[in-house]
Amino acid sequence: MSMNTQGRPTSAGDTTETFRPKTFTGNRALDMEEPLIFEFGSVETCGVDLDEADTPEFELGGHERQAEIGLPGLAEPEAMRHYVRMSRNNYAIDSGLYPLGSCTMKHNPRLNEKMARLPGFADIHPLQPASTVPGALELIDELAHWLMVSTGMEAVAMSPKAGAHGELCGMMAIKAAHTAANRSPEIVLVPESAHGTNPATAALLGYKVVSIDAKDDGTVDLDKLKETIAKHDGNIAGIMLTNPNTCGLFERDIRTIADLIHAAGGFFYCDGANFNAIVGKARPGDLGVDAMHINLHKTFSTPHGGGGPGSGPVVLSDKLAAFAPLPFIRKTDSGLELVETNEATTDGEQPFGRMTAFQGQMGMYVRALSYMMSHGSDGLRQASEDAVLNANYIRVGLQDLMSLPYGVRPCMHEVLFDDSFLKDTGVTTLDFAKAMIDEGYHPMTMYFPLVVHGAMLIEPTESESRASLDLFIATMRDLVMSAKRGETERFSGAPYLAPRRRLDETSAARKPVLKWTAPEPVEISPSEAAE
Amino acid sequence: MTTYYSKDHEWIDVEGDIATVGITSYAQEQLGDVVYVELPETGKSLSQGDEAAVVESVKAASEVYAPIDGEVVEANEVLAEEPAKVNEDPEGAAWFLKMKVGNEGQLADLMDEAAYKAYVETL
Repeated sequence: MSMNTQGRPTSAGDTTETFRPKTFTGNRALDMEEPLIFEFGSVETCGVDLDEADTPEFELGGHERQAEIGLPGLAEPEAMRHYVRMSRNNYAIDSGLYPLGSCTMKHNPRLNEKMARLPGFADIHPLQPASTVPGALELIDELAHWLMVSTGMEAVAMSPKAGAHGELCGMMAIKAAHTAANRSPEIVLVPESAHGTNPATAALLGYKVVSIDAKDDGTVDLDKLKETIAKHDGNIAGIMLTNPNTCGLFERDIRTIADLIHAAGGFFYCDGANFNAIVGKARPGDLGVDAMHINLHKTFSTPHGGGGPGSGPVVLSDKLAAFAPLPFIRKTDSGLELVETNEATTDGEQPFGRMTAFQGQMGMYVRALSYMMSHGSDGLRQASEDAVLNANYIRVGLQDLMSLPYGVRPCMHEVLFDDSFLKDTGVTTLDFAKAMIDEGYHPMTMYFPLVVHGAMLIEPTESESRASLDLFIATMRDLVMSAKRGETERFSGAPYLAPRRRLDETSAARKPVLKWTAPEPVEISPSEAAE
Repeated sequence: MTTYYSKDHEWIDVEGDIATVGITSYAQEQLGDVVYVELPETGKSLSQGDEAAVVESVKAASEVYAPIDGEVVEANEVLAEEPAKVNEDPEGAAWFLKMKVGNEGQLADLMDEAAYKAYVETL
């Protein structure tokens, strides 16, 4: 009899050869085949009962729609079933371990959700006068305060909408500072171990990106850095470094890197996507950082990965504080004041512009502050420690079977393996990841970072229990042993048990079908449409 | 005609003052199925190490760098339409660009076939 990990039988039969009926509907009990909404919703159906319009029929001067657009009409229960059924095919942190490296798929505490739904926060409108929402301003200011305290920085721009937007904001502040000093350096240095968005951000601002190689241990090569700085003397705008880096390693030379960049007249942008590994342990401000974004949707547990939206406030050093974008909150004797325009700025404030129409992701601010306050400084520190502990627990549980590209040494909040342990097995990183789906796990990040061959980047959430990590490790060990025994079939065709088998990514990229086409659009004339 | 190789896994065929540049078979194997190729405009002048083209596969996007200084005289437009050619015939029909050699001296820094083979062995 086959048992699950809790020792309970997974089938009623006595043999492993269980009869699996071919069903009439194609469904398998709760595993239902769900058609596209366009395939079963009928154009003639309308889910709502609308009164006859009492407005003129057409006033569009000949721009009236000439044919039906074919949107499906569904009754409310049908629409609800469609989306509920589809949601059951979704994998989320709420349903299982989600070891997506570099992405920090954190549990979203229910308390955060409760706070965000308080009517005083949930029902306010971004266009209502600031004087009617002092509580919201206070919350933003309070969150800003704790972000500055935890990073040791002078100022924070709250409005950026996510990580890459935050990078852009930080780099725009750096560019503004250079411009204000009548300098126009052209080069931004980006180490190989940085996030992929870093060079993209620099390029978007018109900077020339110069890459810095990693040493054999996966961290920045200081000699190469010095060499490059000397080569481009006087022309360096700054460096963009991710720390801990995408190899899951802490850049130990960060202080030296900061000093070298500052001596060259540049600024130090730190990608804070991995801040969740060091909150409460180290402050970027003490490490010489001039600007860093904080992914509230990673480090401070607000939802992301389809749930979002993200939120990426940027902390700034005293050298950049004056250039923070509009809008920002200013403390005055009569309370908090929202500064929305250049005219409202005072001496010393030189905002480089505005990143967003409004104040940013209010709902995420409430959740992030709720997370901070419910954890307290000791809780936040423990979350960092647990993140690092969990990643190292997995590293130690797998390092004898899988391969560590930079040797056996502690990692931070994520552990990076390469594919050399799969050499000569005929199994690739992609196959391995697909077989994990059959085991009920979302695969880890694969083929990133690019500096490592066949990379597998595993980041377990700090809230995973030891039992959950043990099961994950045991599953991974079973998969590795299976690959080494030559059981290639388990991998080459995986996933076998998912609602869909392996997708053809090549055809999807080369010949994408971007639009669902209705079988036969019905031509109608305006007079018929009006009926 | 002499063929040179770079550490960025490019091959360079030099005939007279024209260099034809493509990516090696090893490179296409590492990339996997190529799904997109972006080519430089004819007449663009490149310095050694400049980004000359972009190649994107199901796994990654990467750059093809100019192995030497020179001016682009022709780009293989077929690749933009049929990126799969890069996997089929990387060291033949799927060349990326032809450039007018601007600095012959830089060729000396590149590898010959035997040296490139030895280099790949070390990876």
